[in-house]
Amino acid sequence: MKDYPRPITRLAAPIKSLAQRFALIGLVVAAFALMILGKADTVLVERFRDVVTDTVAPILDVVSRPIASTKIVVDEVRELAAIRDENARLNKDKALLLQWQTVARRLEAENTSLRAILNYVPDPEASFITSRVIADTGGAFAHSLILNAGKRSSVGKGQAVMTGDGLVGRIASVGNRASRVLLITDLNSRIPVIVESTRARAILAGNNSNRPRLIHLPQSASVTPGDRVVTSGHGGAFPQGLPVGIVASVADTGITVQPFVARNRLEYVRVLDFGLEGILPTPSPPAEQETPAR
Amino acid sequence: MRPTTWQRMDVLARRLTPFGLTLVMVFIAILPLHVPGFARVAPLLPLLAVYHWGIFRPELLPVYAVFFIGLLQDVLTGAPVGINAVVLLGVYAVVLYQQKFFAGKSFAVVWLGFTLVSAGAAVLSWCLFSAYYATLINPGALFFQYLLTVGLYPFFGWLFLRWQQAFLKYD
Repeated sequence: MKDYPRPITRLAAPIKSLAQRFALIGLVVAAFALMILGKADTVLVERFRDVVTDTVAPILDVVSRPIASTKIVVDEVRELAAIRDENARLNKDKALLLQWQTVARRLEAENTSLRAILNYVPDPEASFITSRVIADTGGAFAHSLILNAGKRSSVGKGQAVMTGDGLVGRIASVGNRASRVLLITDLNSRIPVIVESTRARAILAGNNSNRPRLIHLPQSASVTPGDRVVTSGHGGAFPQGLPVGIVASVADTGITVQPFVARNRLEYVRVLDFGLEGILPTPSPPAEQETPAR
Repeated sequence: MRPTTWQRMDVLARRLTPFGLTLVMVFIAILPLHVPGFARVAPLLPLLAVYHWGIFRPELLPVYAVFFIGLLQDVLTGAPVGINAVVLLGVYAVVLYQQKFFAGKSFAVVWLGFTLVSAGAAVLSWCLFSAYYATLINPGALFFQYLLTVGLYPFFGWLFLRWQQAFLKYD
């Protein structure tokens, strides 16, 4: 027995496919409109992003935990295998560091006495919070992380993010319980730095590769591979002297820097608050005063 | 016999799984896996899922769901909002348009189709990103990302097919 389509279905089918086609075109147009809106009104789109990131942060937090535990186990096994070599290396390092300690003690004493003579105003002490990386937004285009700490943990936009090795990036946007870190390798990252040995100023510009480039370096400055690059503190975004990386190659096409921080090893990071306003001033509403009536 | 409420809920839950699985792909793609060098070439799992469901069960992954997935991916990865939505909608449109071609074809043909469609998607996303940032982005990482995505297709495609046979057979 064959089922003939009723007139209404015969009519409805093409209309449905037409509607679907229009929906597709309409949504593509909407996506393009969002892109242009994002280019024109960054604040609105960023707020939208913060809200969504905040909403899914608990999910990411939970899901990323087993992976972190697995990594710990794998690391422990690997460390156990290399324990003898590690011990020898550490002993060697210790001897070297003891020499450095002597030098550092002497310099510290000298510094203190010189500061006393000069009435030196010390830099503000940094406070920091440690936070877990709950998402590493992979891909060829955007280099960013999501941390499980936000405004509630007093993370602020523009603060420096570090590990023990060196600079990771800066806080690009903050939600209530999650925040986004723009890595120094991202296309949009620009960090004022100096080459430590020659004190030559430059900008470290990310280019979506593993090795960001040094740009706006003075013509006269000489840079050789192996030079340490640290933040310069210019522009008021970052404090001075945070380790960033080592000059990897010097060529006519550009100078590349190998960052100290390996992206795949980022598990816990420190968000540093130096009380600096930074190059990203966020207009704070005057109504939000942090003085509770007592 | 009219299906009971429970039966209808069961069917509904099963029918939501293609969308749910695609959503899971978005989250998996951004997990910090701590594998050296992996983050830059992390496979485009949402693209893979949209391609698969677009061919086999497009009615269970409607066009607005694809749009939603793309937006979520943009928002979470820190990409300009809208770019991945356009790319995923493009892939979806191509697949729907070629549905007659894919119908009843072998897995190898579907995979071959994926190599072509995802190459198109990679080129499209490169163009969009370069235009958005008004600079030519180094395509090296994108190329390896593409290779990895194509290479992983058989695994996820097989997984999705098994899922279909297990949960989406009788509706």
